[in-house]
Amino acid sequence: MAEHWHFSEGIDEAEAREFLANPPEPEMTHHLGIEARDFVNGGKASADIKLLLKRLGVDSKILRRVAIASYEAEINIIAHSHGGTISANIYGDRVYIILLDRGPGVENLEKAMTPGWSTADDQVREMGFGAGLGLPNIQKNSDVMHIVSAKGQNTRLEVLVYF
Amino acid sequence: MKLKDILEALEGELLTPNADLEQEISCAFGSDLISDILHCTKEATLLLTGLTNPQIIRLSDMIDVLGIVFVRGKRPADELIEMAEERDLPLILTKFTLYKTSGILYNVGLRSCKIDG
Repeated sequence: MAEHWHFSEGIDEAEAREFLANPPEPEMTHHLGIEARDFVNGGKASADIKLLLKRLGVDSKILRRVAIASYEAEINIIAHSHGGTISANIYGDRVYIILLDRGPGVENLEKAMTPGWSTADDQVREMGFGAGLGLPNIQKNSDVMHIVSAKGQNTRLEVLVYF
Repeated sequence: MKLKDILEALEGELLTPNADLEQEISCAFGSDLISDILHCTKEATLLLTGLTNPQIIRLSDMIDVLGIVFVRGKRPADELIEMAEERDLPLILTKFTLYKTSGILYNVGLRSCKIDG
């Protein structure tokens, strides 16, 4: 199993690790299934999450970061996996997004984190994806990002964005 | 610059007839890569693109898009136009290429949107 952690500057790393290890009960949660290759509905879950946070009065700059991170992650499941789920757990001070898929796993996580590197096929590229910026874009817009994967395994991606 | 000025400069076709032609358009960004658009744009912008799949509209749910210009005469499907109308997102179709479209708009004074990275 390979794993990758990212903490943006000024984040209390110990607190974030403890939070992810033992997440408290969220105040609100939004859970949706994501189908492989469903480019028609793709992005709906992220749009819903953004709208939900907007209604809760979250700042527009934060909304944008959450939406981009969530959308890129949602598209990753659609473009690269056999399908999966997205859950947004909302707390008073943060949103915790968990994306789980049903494989086939990221063969080389280090390469997948490199801007411009992509395994997208022609169909995905024709849709305007496959720029090799998916995971880097998620990282850029997250306060905490944690991904665990391996070839032949399910991938688990966790994102924290503080309000 | 107003939406109607852009429509005229591009000899374009307005695909969303209910759009407000007096709407101010402050800047533009051109790309056929969704992640590039998400990665780069730092402010509300007009998008110039050859992508005509529904994800280009979905993109406007994530970031602030003022309108979309489809280049190279690529006409999007009716479902996409309906999605745009639900969002009050103006759509323009032009026969010009992405390069020429960008050049024309730059020449008439439409600046590039602020970008990141």
